[in-house]
Amino acid sequence: MSGLGAKRFLLAAIAVSIVISAFSHRFNSYYLGVALDVGIAVILAVSLNLINGHTGQFSLGHAGFMASGAYVSALCTIHVLPLVDPRLQPVVFCASLLVGGLAAALAGLGVGIPSLRLRGDYLAIVTLGFGEIIRVVLQNMEIVGGASGLKGIAKLSTLAWVWAFAAVTIYTVAALVNSTYGRGFIAVHDDEVASSAMGINPTRYKVVAFVVGAFFAGIAGGLYAHHKQFLSPTGFDFMKSIDIVVMVILGGMGRTAGVAAAAVLLTVLPEFLRGFAEVRMIIYSLLIIGLMILRPQGLFSFGERRVKAS
Amino acid sequence: MQPDLSQPPQPSSEPLLQVQELKVNYGAINALDGVSLKVAAGQIVSLIGANGAGKTTLLRAISALHKPRSGSIAYAGRSLVGLPPHAIVRNGLCHVPEGRMVFANLTVLENLRMGAYLQTDHSVVEREMDYVFTTFPRLKERLRQSAGTLSGGEQQMLAIGRALMGSPKCLMLDEPSLGIAPLLIKAIFEKIVQINREHGITILLVEQNANLALEAASYAYVLETGRVKLEGPSAQLRHDPEVKAAYLGGR
Repeated sequence: MSGLGAKRFLLAAIAVSIVISAFSHRFNSYYLGVALDVGIAVILAVSLNLINGHTGQFSLGHAGFMASGAYVSALCTIHVLPLVDPRLQPVVFCASLLVGGLAAALAGLGVGIPSLRLRGDYLAIVTLGFGEIIRVVLQNMEIVGGASGLKGIAKLSTLAWVWAFAAVTIYTVAALVNSTYGRGFIAVHDDEVASSAMGINPTRYKVVAFVVGAFFAGIAGGLYAHHKQFLSPTGFDFMKSIDIVVMVILGGMGRTAGVAAAAVLLTVLPEFLRGFAEVRMIIYSLLIIGLMILRPQGLFSFGERRVKAS
Repeated sequence: MQPDLSQPPQPSSEPLLQVQELKVNYGAINALDGVSLKVAAGQIVSLIGANGAGKTTLLRAISALHKPRSGSIAYAGRSLVGLPPHAIVRNGLCHVPEGRMVFANLTVLENLRMGAYLQTDHSVVEREMDYVFTTFPRLKERLRQSAGTLSGGEQQMLAIGRALMGSPKCLMLDEPSLGIAPLLIKAIFEKIVQINREHGITILLVEQNANLALEAASYAYVLETGRVKLEGPSAQLRHDPEVKAAYLGGR
């Protein structure tokens, strides 16, 4: 998307989420919950797409970044909210989300730098290990509730917050990748050797992708914490990371709009299948396999960055 | 700094690029076993040899894509050993890697812009872009097309054009003829010579097609299993019975 159109999209999306959010008390709380899940999934998938899709790295640690943000922002609101005027609640919430995002970004920097010598499956294993370390550490930290989980988180995530942050994520990733600087991500993805030959420092781009991607995963984690009001380390195991990776692959690697659409689809789909009870996840898995066979290039891989035939 | 075109190139006095006793290992295998070479400013020097002789390894070592075990690499009087690959480009030494490594997901225009990644002066970018289009008019026709959809020859033109965007003083071309239609090979080699003459860009050319390489270059090295087997002015090597038999397909 081009500069002006993208900014309009961002403002429109934020406005729409605030307006809809104003009526949210009229919605069935189940649908409202799914709508929040969808928004959080969009943030996670679009931010992972910067790392896995545009920059061509393979991270399996997104749940770890999400967990860092979730726990840090939950701790912030738990400890700060009782001390301040209730009217300041939204400010504290927003600040705690950003602090969670920064904590995750720091974790992204921590994983990014040592793993840059690795590529492909090796990098995947390192990031997978990192995600598990975060989970195990959380499980054994009494201050965050350990294995029994972190309770008493305020219900602060609304449609407006979630969808506004989803819009900001889409806008930031799209604007970043479409900038002259951001073409470097795609260049590093296409060919590292040729990128270095242009004077691009592939290492720096990879670290930036990890840091920015982790930051938004942390934001998503914070929104998730204040949506579910309960955090358990098992919710951030590596299957969570796989779920996000599937969204990116299904949406088409490096295609922001497609990945966002896939995040919506894959969050809503299991809900539609609830009627099938115990065979639900089997149907879900078969649908994903079927989609991968029929559209290996990604379900939504048309639109931006289309490759012309001639 | 623009090279002075009024002066003929002055070989041997102070080479632009000098490699001495370079050794590179792949595990236990000696890919380069003490290679020395000199490239004088303004010249085209070519490196010929069979598959596995170490030609590509030598270019990659100069670009810091391989770490040498020992030996020195000096460019414009400065040592390049220990610098990261992207820092070497800053000095005006640009590598066009083997196999036309264009950014397949970017358009031709975006590829060329990436070539000028380090150039902050917009007027220089415009000037280089004009020069690339006059050299390779085909690229101008395909400006908005994804680089991955170009033909092999066009991709090679783009790879060379992209390298020119960085205003290099020295270009290292790795197998520009690889996998390209014979008709285009001739055209591309004419362009390489033209770039050298018009822009005064020094060229180190790695090429399996020894006939073409010796035609374009003024000086050449023959590499065999990681060592320099022969060297000399191209005209002389072309008539060398050994080179003829092994590389030129002559009797």
